[in-house]
Amino acid sequence: MADSATKQAFVEFERVQKSYDGETLVVKDLNLSLPQGEFLTMLGPSGSGKTTCLMMLAGFETATHGDIRLDGVSINNIPPHKRGIGMVFQNYALFPHMTVAENLSFPLEVRKMGKSEREEKIMRALGMVQMQDFAGRRPTQLSGGQQQRIALARALVFEPELVLMDEPLGALDKQLRETLQFEITRLAHDLGITTVYVTHDQTEALTMSDRVAVFDDGRIQQLAPPDKLYEEPQNSFVAQFIGENNTLDGVVKEINNGVALVQLDGGDIIDAKPINVSKPGERTRVSIRPERVEMNKDRLNPDAHTLKAEVLEFVYMGDIFRTRLRVAGVDDFIIKTRNAPDQARLKPGEQIEIGWMAEDCRALDA
Amino acid sequence: MADTAANGPVLAADGSPLKRSLGRALRRQKLRALALVAPLLIFVLITFIFPIASMLFRSVQNDIVSNTLPYTVQALANWDASTGDLPPEQVFEAMYFDMFLAAEAKRHTRLGTRLNYEQTGVSSLFRQSGRKLDDLGKDIEKPMNRLNAAWKDGETWYSIFDAGTDSADTQLLQVQRNRVAALTDGPASGDVNFAPSAAMAQALPTATRAYTAWAVYTATQDGKDPATTDPWEALPVALVHDLKTADLSGLNGPAVDLLTELQAANIEMPTFAGFFADMDEDWATATPWQTIQTHSGIYTSGYFLNAVDAQKTPEGIAWQPEDKQILLTLFVRTLIMSLAITGSCILLGYPIAWLLANLPMRQANVLLILVLLPFWTSLLVRTSAWKVMLQQQGVINDVLVWIGLVDDAERLIMINNQFGTIVAMTHILLPFMILPMYSVMQTIPPSYLRAAKSLGATNWTAFWRVYFPQSVPGIGAGSILVFILAIGYYITPEIVGGTKGVFISNRIAYHISSSLNWGLAAALGSILLAAVLILYWAYDRIVGIDNVKLG
Ligand SMILES: Nc1ncnc2c1ncn2[C@@H]1O[C@H](COP(=O)(O)OP(=O)(O)OP(=O)(O)O)[C@@H](O)[C@H]1O
Ligand SMILES: [Mg+2]
Repeated sequence: MADSATKQAFVEFERVQKSYDGETLVVKDLNLSLPQGEFLTMLGPSGSGKTTCLMMLAGFETATHGDIRLDGVSINNIPPHKRGIGMVFQNYALFPHMTVAENLSFPLEVRKMGKSEREEKIMRALGMVQMQDFAGRRPTQLSGGQQQRIALARALVFEPELVLMDEPLGALDKQLRETLQFEITRLAHDLGITTVYVTHDQTEALTMSDRVAVFDDGRIQQLAPPDKLYEEPQNSFVAQFIGENNTLDGVVKEINNGVALVQLDGGDIIDAKPINVSKPGERTRVSIRPERVEMNKDRLNPDAHTLKAEVLEFVYMGDIFRTRLRVAGVDDFIIKTRNAPDQARLKPGEQIEIGWMAEDCRALDA
Repeated sequence: MADTAANGPVLAADGSPLKRSLGRALRRQKLRALALVAPLLIFVLITFIFPIASMLFRSVQNDIVSNTLPYTVQALANWDASTGDLPPEQVFEAMYFDMFLAAEAKRHTRLGTRLNYEQTGVSSLFRQSGRKLDDLGKDIEKPMNRLNAAWKDGETWYSIFDAGTDSADTQLLQVQRNRVAALTDGPASGDVNFAPSAAMAQALPTATRAYTAWAVYTATQDGKDPATTDPWEALPVALVHDLKTADLSGLNGPAVDLLTELQAANIEMPTFAGFFADMDEDWATATPWQTIQTHSGIYTSGYFLNAVDAQKTPEGIAWQPEDKQILLTLFVRTLIMSLAITGSCILLGYPIAWLLANLPMRQANVLLILVLLPFWTSLLVRTSAWKVMLQQQGVINDVLVWIGLVDDAERLIMINNQFGTIVAMTHILLPFMILPMYSVMQTIPPSYLRAAKSLGATNWTAFWRVYFPQSVPGIGAGSILVFILAIGYYITPEIVGGTKGVFISNRIAYHISSSLNWGLAAALGSILLAAVLILYWAYDRIVGIDNVKLG
C-alpha cells in the first residue's frame, strides 16, 4: 500500500553509520525513509544491528556518521525526552514501584497535563488494550501478556506520532503473540501511527508490516512489502532468511528473453529468472520455493527442463505433504504439495521427475 | 463402613491418620534442620546471647546490699525514713554485727562502693568504720578477762554455745551458712564441727547468732576448728549486750556459772547508736541509713535512673541539675551524630554506588576494590591517619594555610570535636552504606531510565521518579547498618572525639574498665539497645522492613 516515493518521508536515515568500539561498524551505510503512518518491520538475525538502529532513532545512541531526520528535522542533537517517540521495550520496562495507572500517568505528568485530562487519557489508553480493570495493579501482579499490553498503552498514551517496538512479543507464547500481533497492527492503523517494529520472527514480520527491512551485517538487504519480499527476494540471503527455500548452485550458460539457462554443478541444465546475474559464465545460486516445484509434467511448459529426483522422506502434515528429495546431488531439496484427492503420496525410494516455471526460479548472487 | 471412611480422618497408606504422619515427617525435617543449625546456635548462645543477657541483668541486680547487711536490711524495713529521725537502736545493733562479719570477709568496701554511686561519701564512711569496729570489742574484752581468765580461751566460748549432746538449733546453723555463702559469693558447706545449742539460742539470741556466724565463717572460709580458735571481738560485745536483759534461770551446765558471774559484773558498754556516732558523726545522721534502706531491694531501678541523670531517693525520683546531666546529653548527642554520620554516608555513598552499578565490569571491579580497601587496613591506623590529616598542624590545615585560605594564627580546629568524629566515622562506615546500595542498584535495569526518558522525562525527573524510588531499599539497608554501627561505635570517637565528640559507648567503656560501675554500664547498654530496637521498629512502621534489601 505504501508508496514511499509519493508520500513525504516522516522518518529518514541517511547514510547512517554506527560503531561502538571505533573498530567495527555495527551499522554500515543505512538509508531508510518511511512515510507517515507506515508500519515498518526490521527483521534480521541476531547482532545485525536492529536494536542499534532503534536506539539511534530513540536517541539513546548517537550515530557515528550520517543524519537521522524526523519530519524533516535532523534529530542528532535532540535529547531523547524531547523527541516525543513512544517506545516499547523488549522486557516491557514497566516501573515496578508504580501502579498501572501511575505508569500511564507518568508521560502525561512530565508533560504537565491536568489531572482530569490525564485520567481521561489513561482510561482511553487502557481501553484500547482492554485493560481498564487493572489500573490499580502493580506490574508484578500482571501476566506477561497483560504487562505487554500496558507497555503498549504507556507508549501510546501521550499520543506520539512515532512508536518504536523492540521485539515486544519475544517473551510470549505463540497464541498470545498472535492475538497481540493483531491488536498492535489494528491500533497502529486505527491511530495512524508510524511504527518501527523489530523482530526475529519472520511470520510476525510478514503478517504485520506494510514493509519489511531485512537486516544483515549492518545493512538493509532488502526493503519491500511482505509479498514482494517472499516472492521476489533480491539476494540469496533474503531468499534463505524468509520462508523455506531450496537452493542449487551452478553457472549461467546463457540468458535470452529473460530466461537464463543454468548448468548446475552436477551437470544438469535448469531454467531460471536472472536477478543478480547478467552474463553467461557467472556463478549463481538459484532459489525456488518448495510450493512452486511441479511434479506433474503436464502443467509445465513443453520445453521446460526437468530434473530427476529420488524421494528420501515423506511427511504428512495435514493440509500439505512435505517431501524431501535428492536432486542434483543435494539431499535437502523440499517440495510441498497440497493434500488434494488426486495428489499422489510418494514413498521413499521412488524416482520422480520435477520441474518449474522459469519465473519461479530466481538466479541470485552466488 | 464407607460412610465412616468418608467422614473420618484421611488415612495414610499405613493406616495412621494422614495429619499425624505428615506431622511426623515435618518434625523429622525440622529436627534435621535444627541439627545443622545447632553448632552455630550453641556458639551464638554461649558467646553472644548469654554474656549479653547476663551483662544486661547486672543493670537491675542489687542483691549485694541484702547479702552484705541482711539483718540491718530487715531491721530497717519498718523505719520511716521520711521523718528524718535516726533509726532505732536495733538497726544499729544489727548493723554492728553485719558490718563486723562483712569487714572480716573484706566485703564492706565493696558495698561501700556500690552505695557510693547513690550517695557520695558512703564509700569512705564504710571503709573507715570497718577499721574501728574492733574498738568496742577491745573495750569490753579487758574487764571480761580481768573478771575471769577463762574468757580468753576459745574453748570456753565453744563449750558455752555448742549444743554437745543437747538439742541443737540446726535451722540457725543453716541460716548462717546461707548468710556466709551469700556474703562471700561462694559455698559455705562442709563440716563446721559446731552446732548451736537451742537453749543458748533462746537465752542469748544475739550472741548465739554471732557465734554461729563466726563458727561457720572460721570453719568454711579460714579452715580452722572453731573449738580451738579464739573468737572475734564482736562476740564479747554480743554476749555482754545479751546479758543485760537475759534470763539465765532456765539454763544448766558448767557454763551457767561463768555467765551468771559475767551478768552480775554488769560490764559497762555504750549503746550501739552511741558507738556508731563515735566512729563517725555521719552515722548520727539519717542520710546513710536512708541510702541503705532505699537501695536494699534485690532488684533496683537505680542504675537506670543514674543512666538518665536521675536518682532514687526516699522521696522518689530526683533529677540531676541541668548542668550535671551528662548522660542524657551524651545520649542525645550520640543519636544526633549517628544520624549525621548516616546522612553523610548516604550523600557520599549514593553516587559511588551508582557509578559501581553503571560502570563497565572492569572499571566497576577496580572501583569496588577501592571501596573495600579501607577494610584492609586496621581501624586504628585509619583513625590515626585522620588525626594526622585534621589536626591543627596537620595536612589539611597546612594546605589551607599554604593556599592562603586560612591565616596561620587561625588554623581550623577539626579534630577532638564533633566534626572530627563525624568525618572519621563517615569514612570508616562508608563501605557499609555503599555495598547494600550497590547490590540493590545492580538489580535496576538501565532500561527503566531509558523508558522514562522515552516517555518524555528529563534526566533529573527520570532519576528522581524512576531510579531513586527503586534504590530506596538499598538506602534503607545501608542506613540501618550504618546507624546501628555508629550508635555503638567506640574506638574512633575515643581517639578523635576529644571531650565534645565522644559517644555514649565511651562512657560505657569508662564505667566498665575504669570506674568499675558495671551496673550503670549495663543500664546504659540496655538503654542503647532499647533505643536501637525502637528506631528499628519505627523504621519498620514507616518504611517497612520488607523494603530493605541487602543483596
Ligand atoms: N553497547 C554496546 N557496546 C558495544 N557493542 C555493542 C553494544 N550494543 C550492541 N553492540 C554490538 O552491536 C552489534 C549489533 O547489536 P544490536 O543489539 O543492534 O543487534 P540486534 O540486531 O538488535 O540483535 P538481536 O536480534 O539479538 O537483538 C552486535 O554485534 C553487538 O555485539
Ligand atoms: Mg536487539
